[in-house]
Amino acid sequence: MFSKEEIAQRIAKEIKDGYYVNLGIGIPTLVANYIPKGINVVLQSENGLLGMGPFPFEGEEDADLINAGKQTITTLPGSSIFDSAMSFGMIRAQKVDLTILGAMEVSENGDIANWKIPGKMVKGMGGAMDLVASAKNIVVAMQHINKAGESKLLPKCTLPLTGVKCIKKIVTELAVLDILTEGGFKLLERAPGVSIEFIQQSTAGRLIVEGEIPEMRLD
Amino acid sequence: MINKVVSGAEEAIKDISDGATIMLGGFGLCGIPENCINALVTKRVKNLTCISNNAGVDDFGIGLMLKQRQVKKMISSYVGENAEFERQLLSGELEVDLIPQGTLATRCLAAGYGMPAIFTPAGVGTEVAEGKEVRNFDGKDYLMEYAFDADFAIVKAWKGDTAGNLIFRSTSRNFNPVMAMAGKITIAEVEELVEAGELEPDYIHTPGIYVHRIFQGKDYEKRIEQRTVRKSEV
Repeated sequence: MFSKEEIAQRIAKEIKDGYYVNLGIGIPTLVANYIPKGINVVLQSENGLLGMGPFPFEGEEDADLINAGKQTITTLPGSSIFDSAMSFGMIRAQKVDLTILGAMEVSENGDIANWKIPGKMVKGMGGAMDLVASAKNIVVAMQHINKAGESKLLPKCTLPLTGVKCIKKIVTELAVLDILTEGGFKLLERAPGVSIEFIQQSTAGRLIVEGEIPEMRLD
Repeated sequence: MINKVVSGAEEAIKDISDGATIMLGGFGLCGIPENCINALVTKRVKNLTCISNNAGVDDFGIGLMLKQRQVKKMISSYVGENAEFERQLLSGELEVDLIPQGTLATRCLAAGYGMPAIFTPAGVGTEVAEGKEVRNFDGKDYLMEYAFDADFAIVKAWKGDTAGNLIFRSTSRNFNPVMAMAGKITIAEVEELVEAGELEPDYIHTPGIYVHRIFQGKDYEKRIEQRTVRKSEV
């Protein structure tokens, strides 16, 4: 089974040279630590920054320079700053190549829910609805099953939706899966030591298993 | 050049009264108009509709206005950092319109650009779309969202001049320029106020035509929500 760090590490392999990438809050933020050496990637932070750098050295924090998770960060040579409307303009216009975000539920037709649990938790959608509605390439980092062992990969989402038919790839602690255009979770890779049977029983939505399913590799 | 300078926050907000709709710039606590928020808290105006990406934290920013029940309705995209806000929302004491962040920004932009509405795919097929007109362009559905109509916009800039021109610093820019364009009356508080002519026209982010009142703020706390650092390289 993969840890959160390992999920992030696996997702980082989806990033290609020259990509502009938006990382969501949580596991997606960790992906920045595993971007393969030697490739050029520009991270977009939707509060208005292209070219997000690492955390500042202690004592060099700048309250005016944060990322979308409100963390203090730095800029890099070539960074640019802009307002929130332009930030979502470039997202809507599909200038951002890859979006990585978290989810509470995903359905077998690519719907995603990640912003609200009615009566219990309301944090808001932030930029997630804009991102999933426009991004051409989205990878979801999520837990396959919750603490009670219940599947989060469902035939149909039970929580209020963030977007419909927009998710094509998921990386969980158990597996890497594609969501097919015609519907269904297609199993691509499994986490080390995790059996296809366990993934099957942890996936409430339709799981498609064809041929040999290799173990995920992080190198 | 028209002089837009007022003495301070108290004078700048003097005609904001109960029931007003106000926009407040900032992302989290970054780039919020601290002086004007404090003045609104002191003035205790109520039944406000606030348009702001976030709602501050429990003891800072708009959170202070929420605590005093000055806000009737919040229009925001993300309120995760404010426990009091979440409590008032879940109990139904506070009316809340949660909308996608890009929609929020672009509805400001539309107001400042004189356009009545925008079309965005954000929220199609979700509860955000309820009751909204859907239009299909080239096979994809879009929601029609109206430009905001706000009595006041209150923004925070880094530098400003007596003519109302504004320059923002780093990511404290965020919603400030688009909200500055969108208010019927726009109030700007700045860290440094200079005479007209001292700012390079090429570097102005918000032209003074959008700004009606400006003053140099004081005692900025600039609180950091998530202080994240790395170890110095030895």
